[in-house]
Amino acid sequence: MDWTLYIYKTIFLFIILLVTLVVAMYSTYGERKVAAFMQDRRGPNRAGPFGLLQPLADGVKMFMKEEIIPLSANRVLFILGPSIAMTTALLTGVVIPWGGNLTIGGREFSMQIADLNIGILYVFAMVSIGVYGIMIGGWASNNKYALYGSIRAASQMISYELAMGMAIVALVITTGSLSLHEIVQQQHGMHWNVFYQPLGFLLFLTCAFAETNRAPFDLPECETELVGGYHTEYSSMKLGFYLFAEYINMFISSAVIATVYFGGYNMPFIDQLGLSPNALTLLGTAFFFMKIFFFIFLFMWVRWTLPRFRYDQLMNLGWKGLIPLAMFNIVATGVYYYFFELT
Amino acid sequence: MVFLFYFLSAIMVISALLVVFSKSPINNVIYLIICFIAMAGHYILLNAQFLAVVHIIVYTGAIMVLFLFVIMLLNLNKAIIPQKSAAARILAVVTGGLFFLVLIAATRQTFVITPRYAFTSEIGLVANVGKTLFHEFLLPFEISSVLFISAMVGAVMFGKRDHSVGDD
Repeated sequence: MDWTLYIYKTIFLFIILLVTLVVAMYSTYGERKVAAFMQDRRGPNRAGPFGLLQPLADGVKMFMKEEIIPLSANRVLFILGPSIAMTTALLTGVVIPWGGNLTIGGREFSMQIADLNIGILYVFAMVSIGVYGIMIGGWASNNKYALYGSIRAASQMISYELAMGMAIVALVITTGSLSLHEIVQQQHGMHWNVFYQPLGFLLFLTCAFAETNRAPFDLPECETELVGGYHTEYSSMKLGFYLFAEYINMFISSAVIATVYFGGYNMPFIDQLGLSPNALTLLGTAFFFMKIFFFIFLFMWVRWTLPRFRYDQLMNLGWKGLIPLAMFNIVATGVYYYFFELT
Repeated sequence: MVFLFYFLSAIMVISALLVVFSKSPINNVIYLIICFIAMAGHYILLNAQFLAVVHIIVYTGAIMVLFLFVIMLLNLNKAIIPQKSAAARILAVVTGGLFFLVLIAATRQTFVITPRYAFTSEIGLVANVGKTLFHEFLLPFEISSVLFISAMVGAVMFGKRDHSVGDD
């Protein structure tokens, strides 16, 4: 039994959990600030300096609110819904390489919890289970708007999962590996996959917006048609879990995009700095988080710029736009690698 | 490992029994999902990570979502099972059991498995699965994919309105 490794992994797991929760918490603050900036307002500025304590105040409010479970709802499933949404959102962070290797006391520790050799498929598996949280919650509420919302969410997520998977297939042809650790290692020295797979990146990004139910694809919670969508009947922290899971998903999908297409923790000129390996690792992690924050900002930017799609437009884009493009991308990549780069 | 095996097996057997005995269709589907996730756990214990993840993506994440979808859309909250008389039920059990017995007797010899490859712990890893699939079993693989496409096209054709009749 290698106890040092177990202890390290446990501590690291808790750190990642905390970081995920804090980033998600402050994403809510960030979103309101970005929205305010885009609409020429001030945004939250009452709680603490620059309104920095606003997420804490919101959290306290969420916990203190009265908890209502509708009489006609299925009690068990009603509670199960937000739990699944939150759990699957948090589970994905396990395979993401958050940094290189740290040397503590003469031993090397990887800043990744589990280096699965099918890491990227694991991300997909968690995304596909995440649908249940919304579906079960929406159905258990016994409310027609909630049901509409959850059915929209499920069909949207299934449709865009296909295009997303196909975008990744083309990426896997270039990298030749499904392990996120190896994919990051290969991108060392500005060989970022986005330069080799620009179309794949755009497809993946679009699908990530749809998978996280963010605007312009936020039809499941479209308030002009469906009141609150799948979480219409939810109150208190169960509603908080749903909203929070969305922000965690946003954080994790930004991390996945940064990992697979933008070099993960690699940064330019890292070999020329001449720092100690530990400092370089931490610097790389900081750079990785900068990339993640950029993508989170992009998510918000798009939300406050583009109007919502109509439902048929959404389906047309997914099935008639993205999937043929993704197929073309696979064929083009395959042809290129077959004829020009025999590996 | 042995503990995990029994733990997962217990979950699988209990949830599989609940799939059969539970009355509400939506609970049946959820128990089946639990059963599938436990099965993915078994694959991981066998070091077949690729199979485990594909199992979760395809069965748990896609097929069961469609099941749930249909149940939600049709609002099958209560099971609508036609009630049969006791005699008919007993007869059904006996004939079903006899059929099962015949089936086992007929196929018993075909289940004698001789492994094609010597077992290694690496056999289920994605690289090995891919190589075997695309070298040795390329033709069956491609044929099965054509089969899937034809099934999909067939479903689309069934779903389409027949324009040759010309009612509108």
